[in-house]
Amino acid sequence: MTDEVAHLTACPECDLLVQIVPLSHPGDVADCPRCDAVLYRADHNSIERSLALVCAALILLVLANSFPIMGLNLQGQQLETTVFGAARQLWREDMPVVAGLLLLTTVFVPLIELFALAWILAPLNAGRRPPGFVFLFKALRLVHPWAMVEVFVLGVLVALVKLSHTAEVLLGAASGCFALLMLVLAALSSVLNHRALWQSWQAAQP
Amino acid sequence: MKLPSAASRSYALCEVCGELGRYTKGSRCMCCGTPLHLRKTRSLERTWAFLIAAYVLYIPANMLPIMNTSSLFEAQQDTILSGIIFLWGEGSWGLATVVFIASICVPLLKLFSLTLLLIGVQGRKAGEPLPRAKLYRLLEIVGRWSMLDVYVVAILVALVHMQALALVTPGPGVLAFAVVVVLSMLATMSFDPRLIWDSAVTVEEDESREQN
Repeated sequence: MTDEVAHLTACPECDLLVQIVPLSHPGDVADCPRCDAVLYRADHNSIERSLALVCAALILLVLANSFPIMGLNLQGQQLETTVFGAARQLWREDMPVVAGLLLLTTVFVPLIELFALAWILAPLNAGRRPPGFVFLFKALRLVHPWAMVEVFVLGVLVALVKLSHTAEVLLGAASGCFALLMLVLAALSSVLNHRALWQSWQAAQP
Repeated sequence: MKLPSAASRSYALCEVCGELGRYTKGSRCMCCGTPLHLRKTRSLERTWAFLIAAYVLYIPANMLPIMNTSSLFEAQQDTILSGIIFLWGEGSWGLATVVFIASICVPLLKLFSLTLLLIGVQGRKAGEPLPRAKLYRLLEIVGRWSMLDVYVVAILVALVHMQALALVTPGPGVLAFAVVVVLSMLATMSFDPRLIWDSAVTVEEDESREQN
């Protein structure tokens, strides 16, 4: 029974039963013949490359939250804000839900995601099983849709244009970090190969 | 032409690790121990619930001001639409278009498309499954971009708050709008795209039975 299952997979989006065909070239992708959804991808050092990107993203995330995103020069007054400052101000204005959503989507969810990935990837890269792998993988699946760094970067851009008509606006160091973080996270999600994670987890020493 | 679905042969794809396993009632994945399901549980009920809640909140999200701006000379209340009109009037047409797409087009597209997908899955005249599957894939990608206006308000409020010359405070609309985005994302996640293909196959079977 298990042998029969080993050569088969199902499309996650249309549930078509498909025979698994080994992919030879790195970067090859197996698509569903019925609905074009991605079934699986050939592995190309994905664990090592993902780990490198996770480290880069963690550094950028810390920097992005330590410096002001934007500064404003209004009639001689210097004003600037960080993400935490923006959340604190929303909280004071009786908007705790919006403040929480801002912090969750731009700081906490990316942070949880990157820490969980680092925890998983580093031992797998060394050929060992990370403790709590199944739990962390489930957590990753749950939080992933709520990381919205790229939308936030566009939000910074829109705010910049809106303010630039009334005051002198300066982009802070964090804006650049957020923009870079957006690119690194995009690269990470295209490199990360879930199937490769599970295969190396099964192959690793328990 | 008859293509077998995994469910029709009682196989289920594990939603966590992606391994295919034999499905019997209460069975678990051989690889990671997660309970197996043929389809997302209570997909239609959950999607309808989130969707209706999102429709209801969509009205205050667009009618109430998302931002109040007051200075020495004037006080102004901005709704989502008036913010876009302001950007357009200032000559930032590119940005006005981006905000219009993210804040007006995407939420409406999501609400209407999900309604169509749900009715299509539940009704008998379903139509071609492939375009509907592609529509669902589009919804999953674009949904998050509606958070744009929430971030813009957050940054403006934080920057322009502590002085007498100008003051920006958040309006109740921004809360409603943020919740609409979250609810419509939850609705999209609860919907199971495999139901599109299930209903297409059932309709096909019914029609061939009627012809015989």
